[in-house]
Amino acid sequence: MTEKTVPSTQENRIPGRREETREHERYITPPVDIFETKDGLTVVADLPGVEQKGLDVRVADGILTLQGRTAHVAPGTPVDREYELLHFYRQFELPDEVDAEKIAAELKHGVLTLRLPKKEKAKPRKIEVSVS
Amino acid sequence: MPVSDVFSEMEALRREMERRFSDAWPVHGRAPRVAFLPGRGARQYPLVNVSEDEQNVYVEALAPGVDPNSLDLSVMEGGLTIKGEKLGLAQVSAEAYHRNERAAGRFVRTVELPLAVDAGKVSADYRNGLLLVTLPKAESARRRQVPITVR
Repeated sequence: MTEKTVPSTQENRIPGRREETREHERYITPPVDIFETKDGLTVVADLPGVEQKGLDVRVADGILTLQGRTAHVAPGTPVDREYELLHFYRQFELPDEVDAEKIAAELKHGVLTLRLPKKEKAKPRKIEVSVS
Repeated sequence: MPVSDVFSEMEALRREMERRFSDAWPVHGRAPRVAFLPGRGARQYPLVNVSEDEQNVYVEALAPGVDPNSLDLSVMEGGLTIKGEKLGLAQVSAEAYHRNERAAGRFVRTVELPLAVDAGKVSADYRNGLLLVTLPKAESARRRQVPITVR
């Protein structure tokens, strides 16, 4: 699973995607953990301040795109600021054996967990050998 | 070339590079600070933003994936101490990882408060990985209008 830092050229042709706006806004690359399980891959990403409605996870042409929009306003006037809550954006190239139809996502306490199951045919299958 | 020229040349180059980098982040003249990983890329965890209004002081901490039951807040002598634990992933063997960028573990941090607060009325809310602590200002620290008598 390799990371794509340059968005795929396909993105430009998807209507509704404002590719040009990304140039002006600043995005954070969220830290992720990616590990393999028996059934496929699991991607865990830290997205603090992102609500369910601000989260956009999509797969197109084998590219997984995570986009999280933080819509959060801290109360009061700032006294001391150590961080800025920007939007999150990151893309990954998926291996062919991932079944894009069956990706499950869960967002809890600002952490996104994506389960990417392998296609049935990509799973190892034990073949019973009958002894005659 | 004399030695001093080499050094002044290097100094000029360093200054030029600093200028270029500060141009890349026009808002604050530095990279946005987003380290929210305990023990990695962060000298202190969690990062906090402090703000205030007439009634309260607010401390907001950037702490995704923290077990809410492990959070422990205490206020003492002008400081707010935040303790907690960011949960790690259970039962993942090292060879199963493709990427391991998130860190986990226990943390403790004391944030200095700008003024006296009423420790008995502090409330906290943990939502979407952000911890917001609301500390009502102590009566003595509030702004008070002084009436002026004109004779």
